[in-house]
Amino acid sequence: MTLPADAQAALDSFEHCSGWEQRARLLMQWGQRLPELNDADKTDANRVHGCESLMWLVGEQVDGHWQFAASSEARLIRGLVALLLARVNGLSTQALQQVDLPEWFNQLGLSRQLSPSRSNGLNAVLVRMRELAG
Amino acid sequence: MLLPSPWRADFPAIAALQRQDQTYLDNAATTQKPQALLDALTHYYANGAANVHRAQHLPGAHATQAFENTRHKVTQWLNAGECGQIVFTHGATSALNLLAYGLEHQFNPGDEIVISALEHHANLLPWQQLAQRKKLTLVVLPLDADGVIDLDAAARLITPRTRLLAVSQLSNVLGVWQPLPALLAMAKAHDALTVVDGAQGVVHGRHDVQVLGCDFYVFSSHKLYGPDGLGVLFGRHEALARLQHWQFGGEMVQDADYQHATFRPAPLGFEAGTPPIASVIALGATLNYLANLDQAAVEAHEAALHALLVEGLKQRQGIRLLGSPQLALVSFVVEGVHNADLAHLLTEQGIAVRAGHHCAMPLLKGFGLAGAIRVSLALYNDSEDLERFFVALDQALELLQ
Ligand SMILES: Cc1ncc(COP(=O)(O)O)c(C=O)c1O
Repeated sequence: MTLPADAQAALDSFEHCSGWEQRARLLMQWGQRLPELNDADKTDANRVHGCESLMWLVGEQVDGHWQFAASSEARLIRGLVALLLARVNGLSTQALQQVDLPEWFNQLGLSRQLSPSRSNGLNAVLVRMRELAG
Repeated sequence: MLLPSPWRADFPAIAALQRQDQTYLDNAATTQKPQALLDALTHYYANGAANVHRAQHLPGAHATQAFENTRHKVTQWLNAGECGQIVFTHGATSALNLLAYGLEHQFNPGDEIVISALEHHANLLPWQQLAQRKKLTLVVLPLDADGVIDLDAAARLITPRTRLLAVSQLSNVLGVWQPLPALLAMAKAHDALTVVDGAQGVVHGRHDVQVLGCDFYVFSSHKLYGPDGLGVLFGRHEALARLQHWQFGGEMVQDADYQHATFRPAPLGFEAGTPPIASVIALGATLNYLANLDQAAVEAHEAALHALLVEGLKQRQGIRLLGSPQLALVSFVVEGVHNADLAHLLTEQGIAVRAGHHCAMPLLKGFGLAGAIRVSLALYNDSEDLERFFVALDQALELLQ
């Protein structure tokens, strides 16, 4: 299975990352690249609850390919979401349903960010994404 | 300044956490346990568990004896003497819910319940929901700039319509003693019932419910170095007599038919079902352990650590403390830094602190904040814990600022 180009780039950089500081720097860089959502999309209906920071997620299918966009006030969670979107954007519904996202974060060395005690909201984003993609 | 804790080795989990590179500074959420507690649990389970207040057999008699011994120790711990009873619940939250349901029949539409702006959800939501059920008014006492309940405002807001005052002794966010004597006197002047949420207060210093003069005092065992799943409700006899039974079943009943039943008075009448027997017995062991410590030395140690914490935070740029914390804990935010980001990077460095709204959302909203970082201390913490915290904080802020 081939990864989307962005996802491959993420994997290349995170795989060789040593130590929490480098990982944090990388996460923040990825977060910076995440395009800002329009204010019009920052509605209650698009809010993802269960996050310590305000977060919104929108998604639509263009020609059968999913395009998600998201925004968060917190920089590290923005980075985590950017890594998530790198993996899923452009996929068909069927492909989206098949990706193993916990495994994706595991490959990136970020599996702890998905532990149930984490209130950073990454889990809540995954749930919302599944709802959107039906 | 080096501040070692002479009690650190009594808590085996601290060394275990240290081996996992974890510095535990989330003690207002829950505490580590002394060896004495672990020994008591092992002894109980290894020597014969039995239900209490039911069986005539020997194991049952032993368990009941140990269980009731703890009730006696809690009575002593709070110096309740002969003035009231100790009821075991499943935590401070369930004790407060017991009160909000058990006292429901005492209220009429238009009556007022007074709480304060700093209440933990556990001492807000049961009253808020009671007010909604019975069409009561929930009055919220405002705070001054230091995070202390404003007594001038309280004098205006506590009136003959006040039927109950429920306030926290020590806030889990602001770390300031509240002026309970003055507040309780105002409530009593209007014959209102008084409830003190001692969940944080009971952990610091010794408190005497006869001196306080409150009708009810509640706390959770797990924050007082005891086992979890167990709470304490102290009630004065006259106040307990006003409680209606709330949860039903088990040995709380006196006599039962298919169509009606009569119930026991406090304490057993309010302990429906099998209580957390092992936890009650183990709390007794914790209280024995604590009672043998030099209380003045504990308080001096905690005060010195707290001063170090406050000073260290104040030295750093852009840090804003919530209120003017006096003891036990400090909540803070950093200008331009999201608390979720800071929490993330402290976690990465093995610093266990709490981020978020600390179950006091309205209070945080009052500060215009969605969350804050809280560092909370216990008697086993030492200055090296704080040093590790500050090193981690500086590293995190260097990345984030
Ligand atoms: C002030 C205060 N009240 C009540 C509670 C509720 O305690 P528990 O969750 O053990 O029932 C807490 C716990 O965080 C607290 O800090």
